[in-house]
Amino acid sequence: MPQSAEKTLDHAPLFCEPEYRKMLAKKKLKFECPHPDQVVSDQREFTKSWEYREKNLARQALVVNPAKACQPLGAVFAAAGFERTMSFVHGSQGCVAYYRSHLSRHFKEPSSVVSSSMTEDAAVFGGLKNMVDGLANTYKLYNPKMIAVSTTCMAEVIGDDLHGFIENAKSEGSVPRDFDVPFAHTPAFVGSHVDGYDSMVKGVLENFWKGAARSEATASINIIPGFDGFCVGNNRELKRLLDLMQVTYMFIQDASDQFDTPSDGKFRMYDGGTSINDVKAALNAEWTLSLQYYNTRKTLDYCRDVGQAATSFHYPLGVEATDELLMVISEISSKEIPEAIRLERGRLIDAMADSQAWLYGKKYAIYGDPDFVYAMARFIMETGGEPTHCLATNGTSAWEDEMKELLASSPFGKNAQVWPGKDLWALRSLLFTEPVDLLIGNSYGKYLERDTGTPLVRLMFPIFDRHHHHRFPLMGYQGGLRLLTAILDKIFDNLDRETMHAGVTDYSYDLTR
Amino acid sequence: MTFKYANDSDLHAKLIADVLSQYPDKAAKRRSKHLSLATSEKDAGEEPNAISECEVKSNIKSVPGVMTIRGCAYAGSKGVVWGPIKDMVHISHGPVGCGQYSWSQRRNYYVGLTGIDTFVTMQFTSDFQEKDIVFGGDKKLEKVIDEIAELFPLSNGVTLQSECPIGLIGDDIEAVARKKAKEHATTVVPVRCEGFRGVSQSLGHHIANDAIRDWVFDKKDIKFDPSPYDVNVIGDYNIGGDAWASRILLEEIGLRVVGNWSGDATLAEVERAPRAALNLIHCYRSMNYISRHMEEKYGIPWMEYNFFGHSQIDASLRDIAKHFGPEIQEKAEKVIAKYQPLVWAVIDKYWQRLSGKRVMLYVGGLRPRHVVTAYEDLGMEIVGTGYEFGHGDDYQRTGHYVKEGTLIYDDVTGYELEKFIEGIRPDLVGSGVKEKYPVQKMGIPFRQMHSWDYSGPYHGYDGFAIFARDMDMAINNPVWGLYDAPWKNDRALAAVAG
Repeated sequence: MPQSAEKTLDHAPLFCEPEYRKMLAKKKLKFECPHPDQVVSDQREFTKSWEYREKNLARQALVVNPAKACQPLGAVFAAAGFERTMSFVHGSQGCVAYYRSHLSRHFKEPSSVVSSSMTEDAAVFGGLKNMVDGLANTYKLYNPKMIAVSTTCMAEVIGDDLHGFIENAKSEGSVPRDFDVPFAHTPAFVGSHVDGYDSMVKGVLENFWKGAARSEATASINIIPGFDGFCVGNNRELKRLLDLMQVTYMFIQDASDQFDTPSDGKFRMYDGGTSINDVKAALNAEWTLSLQYYNTRKTLDYCRDVGQAATSFHYPLGVEATDELLMVISEISSKEIPEAIRLERGRLIDAMADSQAWLYGKKYAIYGDPDFVYAMARFIMETGGEPTHCLATNGTSAWEDEMKELLASSPFGKNAQVWPGKDLWALRSLLFTEPVDLLIGNSYGKYLERDTGTPLVRLMFPIFDRHHHHRFPLMGYQGGLRLLTAILDKIFDNLDRETMHAGVTDYSYDLTR
Repeated sequence: MTFKYANDSDLHAKLIADVLSQYPDKAAKRRSKHLSLATSEKDAGEEPNAISECEVKSNIKSVPGVMTIRGCAYAGSKGVVWGPIKDMVHISHGPVGCGQYSWSQRRNYYVGLTGIDTFVTMQFTSDFQEKDIVFGGDKKLEKVIDEIAELFPLSNGVTLQSECPIGLIGDDIEAVARKKAKEHATTVVPVRCEGFRGVSQSLGHHIANDAIRDWVFDKKDIKFDPSPYDVNVIGDYNIGGDAWASRILLEEIGLRVVGNWSGDATLAEVERAPRAALNLIHCYRSMNYISRHMEEKYGIPWMEYNFFGHSQIDASLRDIAKHFGPEIQEKAEKVIAKYQPLVWAVIDKYWQRLSGKRVMLYVGGLRPRHVVTAYEDLGMEIVGTGYEFGHGDDYQRTGHYVKEGTLIYDDVTGYELEKFIEGIRPDLVGSGVKEKYPVQKMGIPFRQMHSWDYSGPYHGYDGFAIFARDMDMAINNPVWGLYDAPWKNDRALAAVAG
């Protein structure tokens, strides 16, 4: 009997005990009808081959392990960045359970979202009644300042008219006439979570800006961060930099406090976020800056339509991308970049110079959302590394062109390949046939790490199997330092693991590096 | 042994009245039918299974616009029943999201080479685009199946897990299944588990069971020598290895577990199920349908059992053994005796630290009742419990486990649960990931009772030791004493000053 009260074994060691090993072997042999071991190991080897890679990359219909989620997740995340805003997803309720779990598992935080709980009868007759009753219940129970409505694929397929439904609900008294109910159509069969983010932020802006007159432009700069699993660390770091520059700014959509509430005996359903008054005032800003282009294409067009100047970045991280961000902000605000920030920059450069030998020529595979992959590839090239595979399942051909242009700008991008629309099962083939030293992306990459032995640096969203990374910034020079350290730690940890066998490989188990 | 305690009925009744008063009238009327107290305990102290009444309305539509914790039929079929069958590829047929969010989230442990001969922790999807909605997805689905056959040739079949749009646009996945099964000489199972069907994941379980009945049973010539001691373990999804901690006991008492459903299962184990002598069902809610079917069609009896906590494990082993006669009964007694020292060592270690602690539960499947006695085995008391997607028969069964005055809440909303927890301030809440963080912010210990909070197994004697340790680690964690900043605390200030 392996178990004991004194030294309680949980699953990991328990099932390594001989009793369980024996039981599992017997189960396999007698009852599972497995394929012969040789057949399995042959197939395993075959999946590592160029031949398998070609078949794998030629797939036209099947998607395996995609690195993207669906639109409403982005809309729910976006809504979480506005003050006392309850997300209301119109459609079948299971979706909402999924968005809530997904966000909670990443941030280790509550995620409050309601559903209109549409079932079969709503599929036939439409979901108007669910909207009318649902808004009334949400308004009464959860005391929001705003209810942000988005859709699931069900509501989109049956063609529910959100605007009309919300008007109807207001007429029936579900919420007061002047209560704000911005909305966005976010079908799951179009785009990905980054587009859902775009639609919801645009929906909120339209709700407050449509028909409002724009007064003389103010010096405040609007900043839209985009879908960012690291918003907690990043938004706070950016605010610190902007405060150092004494710039007047307004974050439009800021979930950094909502997904980082303190534990002190109280549950705060809402915390932080852009206030309604600030969203209204943001109409008058001269400039709107988006930190991620692919997250805000429609929103930025809308900002331009109302008369604002607008520009976007690709998830600014690393040296040059941060330089650019700060210089643009400096230029449009006419505020100088203070010496303190120059010194921070210098410290990052110092760190990169100190560690260059460990990073030079390292090959990377990077996957994730289009803006992040762009930013990460750029930073890797700054460290003298080679972004060998750059993959975005939700990347477009326009993204591919931008990536190629970026990669062509550095000798370190010479051998890089860009993979728009491909999934992580395709990346598995790429890693077997053209291996790299490090893999950068979210937690789903752990299966690639296991199968191909490529060490994974966990970044972006979702990160389920490591804790608290999102509390630290990736953006800015401080963020660059953190990124640098994360990559170096992975390299050193791996080197130690490979060299720690006493008397066999430990001649390189060095103390000083 | 009956563990005696009473719950505060007056407080609980007041809490129900308080939460209902906050709803709009229509919603209050609907919700009032789902909230109640367990009443009229009969013969308490005499019978080990005193029966309380805990009647609430269940398995009906959630109120729109509130935070229900329920999922959908797809979650019930793909996420629960089919997903853990390891040697088949389960296609999330429709847009990308459903497969993505359910990808590898349920800790259905298994043994196998993922991507080669096993596929549980992968996400296969037809990734519907707008054109698929407009023109239909059947052609694409055919191609998806062809590509799976080419890239994953050791998969022993595929299932088509329908997402919402499939039913709405009228795709004929059954025709695709028949055609492709023939072409590839394999098993292809269409499952109509669109998320809008039914009121929760519960209908998804039922639909998934029906798909096993209609598309798996009696489809192949099975070569198999049955023995009189063959049992199927039905409704154990091997969360954190639960089914293994159960299997080891069943084998020790002399039974042959021919199928593990559906944790760590292969298609072969499902196909052979109708040849077993007895079906042992753990999660009654999700799998009673197929057990009833096997009883009707193949004459296989079924019985429920409970492997949480030593008193129920002992009782269940005895019940199971009784079905097989004296030889197995004798072995069962030996096995129970063998584990007694472990059980008592666990209780000795934790009783002082846990007895008298009050627990609120809110989970799905079987756990709102099955874990009650596991807590009581450690001296803990259950003050409230309820099901996400239970039916009337689940609440009837709950009566065997709970004490008078226990707060009962069906399909509880986020608002109600928060208010109940605030009002009762239990020592522990056991629920899911969506509830975990709000409760912990309130300073109340919490365990995820769907995923065992990434621990486990909790089944069997080996699991009971882990269960006890986990509850102690949650409840007696030093962090709960650190919530108040000392400068807000007069006593701490006085101590420093003094």
